[in-house]
Amino acid sequence: MSKLKVAVGFLATFTAGVALATAAQARDLTVVSWGGAYQEAQKKVYFEPFKKAGTPMNDESWDGGIGVLRAKVQGGAATWDVVQVESEELAVGCEEGLFETMEFNRIGGEQAYLPQTVDACGVGAIVYDFVLGYDKDKLKDAPKSWADFFDTTKYPGKRGLRQGAKTTLEIALMADGVAPKDVYKVLGTEEGLERAFKKLDTIKNDIVWWKAGAQPPQLLASGEVAMTSVYNGRIDAANKAEKKNFGMVWNGALYTIDSWVILKGSPNKEAAYKFLDFVGKAENQAKLSENIAYGTSNKDAPSKLAPAVLKDLPTAPDNMKNAVEISVPFWLENIDRLTERFNKWAAK
Amino acid sequence: MTAAFVAGADASSEVPLKRRLKRAERTRRLKALALILPLLLFLLFTFLGPIAGMLWRSVDDWEVRQVMPHTVAALADWDGKDVPGEPAFAALAGDIRTARDAGTVAIASKRLNYALNGFRTIMSGTARNLKTLPEPGTAKDTLIGINPAWGERATWAAIKGASGPLTSFYLLGALDLTRNLDGAIVAAPEEQAIYRDVFGRTFTISLGVTVLCLILGFPVAYMLATLPTGQSNVLMIFVLLPFWTSLLVRTCAWIVVLQSEGIVNDSLRWIGLIDEPLRLIYNRFGVYVAMTHVLLPFMILPLYSSMRSISPAYMRAAASLGASPVTAFLRIYLPQTVPGIGAGSLLVFILAIGYYITPALVGGAADQMISYFIAFYTTETVNWGLASALGAVLLLATLLLAVVYGKLVHGQQVTGGMKN
Repeated sequence: MSKLKVAVGFLATFTAGVALATAAQARDLTVVSWGGAYQEAQKKVYFEPFKKAGTPMNDESWDGGIGVLRAKVQGGAATWDVVQVESEELAVGCEEGLFETMEFNRIGGEQAYLPQTVDACGVGAIVYDFVLGYDKDKLKDAPKSWADFFDTTKYPGKRGLRQGAKTTLEIALMADGVAPKDVYKVLGTEEGLERAFKKLDTIKNDIVWWKAGAQPPQLLASGEVAMTSVYNGRIDAANKAEKKNFGMVWNGALYTIDSWVILKGSPNKEAAYKFLDFVGKAENQAKLSENIAYGTSNKDAPSKLAPAVLKDLPTAPDNMKNAVEISVPFWLENIDRLTERFNKWAAK
Repeated sequence: MTAAFVAGADASSEVPLKRRLKRAERTRRLKALALILPLLLFLLFTFLGPIAGMLWRSVDDWEVRQVMPHTVAALADWDGKDVPGEPAFAALAGDIRTARDAGTVAIASKRLNYALNGFRTIMSGTARNLKTLPEPGTAKDTLIGINPAWGERATWAAIKGASGPLTSFYLLGALDLTRNLDGAIVAAPEEQAIYRDVFGRTFTISLGVTVLCLILGFPVAYMLATLPTGQSNVLMIFVLLPFWTSLLVRTCAWIVVLQSEGIVNDSLRWIGLIDEPLRLIYNRFGVYVAMTHVLLPFMILPLYSSMRSISPAYMRAAASLGASPVTAFLRIYLPQTVPGIGAGSLLVFILAIGYYITPALVGGAADQMISYFIAFYTTETVNWGLASALGAVLLLATLLLAVVYGKLVHGQQVTGGMKN
């Protein structure tokens, strides 16, 4: 046998061996969430107690993107089992068959959850809002609506908005006087789009575009912007952890729901359902809301909360009153076109 | 192999020398090949394979073909002049019913929505409202009754255009082109034509950063190359330290330095040069500053290595023959640094056109480079066809530039300036 043959034979055996070893490795349940202060809270009230109850699990974090899930599932080596996804990822992934069908009878039944949080492929994890955030120390006169956000004479300073068409166009229309419930009706028309971009033109040079949820509190803290659109939980976390004095405006807030899904073909389905049942229980969800200001999916969770905590949650009735849900069907249909259009506008 | 070779040596009397030589050569060649085989396989699996897959995705058009096979077949000989006849409608109704039961309607409607905005609604609404298969002969009326869009030529042209198996749709889209109803290539609608601008922006920023790096890096490299070893090593640490620091850390440091209440603005205000803070970040200026800083070591290191090999005797000789310092520099020193300039510039430029994190964090909405859009379509909207097409255009443009550069710097060799 020649050296070459030995080498080739060794290489082949080695690669095959590596492939087999990785395939045969049974792994613990892996839960994936969004990192940051939010995942810290989840660790404390969900993951650690669940581990103590006797099921081993790991947690990882990700930055979203349905493409990531598609690559994981289609690649055939999914290393994740339970993932927290945003509403559009839920819809598209469900259409593409990336998720297992959610068996609600194994997690306490559909009737235990708010109707908006029940889906064929997933169960709601949290409800959260894009709100208008500002620094109370800098603005003595509190802004009341998105219209104030666009009023740079009364409130001088720059404004932070999430880069892209989504949320930006809705905010522009509400600032221009469209009622929250009519936003998508108006946005679906050519005139509505024109109107939104025209409104954005009025503060175009004062906008700082942010890309990641951690940026808006930093922009406020550094004094770069006077007001910004921001996830409500981030404001709450900055006030609690860093002793900031930030305020929020719930009027015209845009809310959305993140859901738990089980990736198609997960080898840990049993453990996954055990986990989802655990995090679906009202008393556990109430603990999460006490740690970070997000609403949750179980109908009974709010009743287990102190009124002082409840009033800062997206699911508090007063905060829901003038809020609008970010429309998944609208954005699925229009995101590509409006992304192009938004960038055309930005480059002008 | 070796055993065979030894056996061959025993039989040397019968085998002519030429053939034996050939055999020995072949053995050596095979050995050499075996040595590079692991690398070759590695590159094939991790680099060439994925790139080929990406290029394939930019022309692959499988969705409609797979979900609506009968409709595609029925439209095969449709001339596109008028709304197709009853058979096509019947095929469509059948396909939609089948797709609904299989749960695959969304796969086709996502692809069709790229071609015609609003197609998602048309498809899902039709799938929901088509309770039973229409009676033979009534499919056309039924479908148009459910959604008048089925009576439009554009709707059917979109299906025909997405029939596959291969499509130019994504590649045209990446160049701001589209096909009109008659299949002729025309410019995309004005408010959606952004990609040529984005490519232009990407190359402009990359070129600007390359020039800035050259201007800043050349003197530094010269100093490093001419100082005594002890001092130049200390200075080299200053070049390498940022090189070893995480990209994200350096980018965020620039935000702290340049923001409106940052170090630069506060200092200027304190001196009294400005009243209002200057806008130094979240715009093009910030992108140039941060990217130049991040890429500077990639320019300095090749320059330094090429300058180290230039003997100082040349400059002395030029001076002794009466050349002024400027002439000596331009005619003797500079030409010898060309390989270093070339290598550094190409390295910086190629790295810059792929930049994503830095412009995303320190740029404004009008400063995003092409990688931002490739990432957006890959992960957020899963329009992998368009993402691949943008990637393919970028790859092609980069290869062309590399070839042109090779011709410029080395005449006929294409070595990317790495041969010095």
